Amino acid sequence: MKIIVNGEAREVAGPDLAAALDELGYGDVVVATAINEAFVPVTARPAHRLADGDVVEVLAPMQGG
Amino acid sequence: MHDSLSSGDPVSFYGTELGSRLLIGTAQYPSPAILAEAVRASGAEIVTVSLRRESGRERAGQDFWRLIRELGVKVLPNTAGCHSVKEAVATAEMAREVFATPWIKLEVIGDADTLHPDVFALVEAARTLVAAGFQVFPYTTDDLSVADRLVEAGCEVLMPWGAPIGTGRGLMNPYALRSLRARHPDIPLVVDAGIGLPSHAAAAMELGYDAVLLNTAVAKAGDPARMAGAFRHAVEAGRLAFLADPIDARDMAAPSTPVLGTAFRD
Repeated sequence: MKIIVNGEAREVAGPDLAAALDELGYGDVVVATAINEAFVPVTARPAHRLADGDVVEVLAPMQGG
Repeated sequence: MHDSLSSGDPVSFYGTELGSRLLIGTAQYPSPAILAEAVRASGAEIVTVSLRRESGRERAGQDFWRLIRELGVKVLPNTAGCHSVKEAVATAEMAREVFATPWIKLEVIGDADTLHPDVFALVEAARTLVAAGFQVFPYTTDDLSVADRLVEAGCEVLMPWGAPIGTGRGLMNPYALRSLRARHPDIPLVVDAGIGLPSHAAAAMELGYDAVLLNTAVAKAGDPARMAGAFRHAVEAGRLAFLADPIDARDMAAPSTPVLGTAFRD
């Protein structure tokens, strides 16, 4: 299915967020996720089914003021 | 002096006591090594951090997170760059999970040029986050009514600006900051943003502020670690001055040397 990941169009098999993150190379990386501007906790990723057109944000620690 | 000041005069944020009254940002340093050196020189026990998009290939955030953990400091994640309640709340929830802390420096920006906080959205987001169990550190203006609303919303710390972020202009409105201090004597108040020089930080502490948060003034200095040390001393000096009960300014001169017994005078 086609989803948007961090602003870029990506094709993933899915079917859920956990599987898609593995597929995109985030398997062992410390990240937080949101779908369509709503937070999805780590524990909810395996049960969260993706849909065509979902907008996914994958965020990691970064310098900040 | 630092040790006795630290141990005898802690500041408390949401029940966590800290010796250092300087909070420091982690952005804009010339290198990770210089960032680490500056944080150590500052004596800060809290650093601010953020969240940004991570690439599955480059993984830039992971090295940064390792560096921060090695520094052994507490982290205060921010919601920098958020322009709406929804964005700020979702970012705060993501930060809580990644950084494993209920602390959040809540920023909701209303104007892209001045980075002026959207104080209406700020109060609404604060209310939502407090209800969700967050301990909110709102980045706000020096407006008294907004401060009252934030306290009503459940904020137990307030962080009014000295001047807009990154400007280095110091305390634009000491009168407003003094009013805010008088209005909320029991709420920890942190001057956040706009500090350019150690003298600005000292001035904030002399007003009775509990702490100072800054980033650019250290990160963009020619020698960040040395400037971090200067801010450490300035914050301590300002705090000591406040505790020592400064004299009031007056218009006319008053001799400091006793007049009684002056030669050639009857």
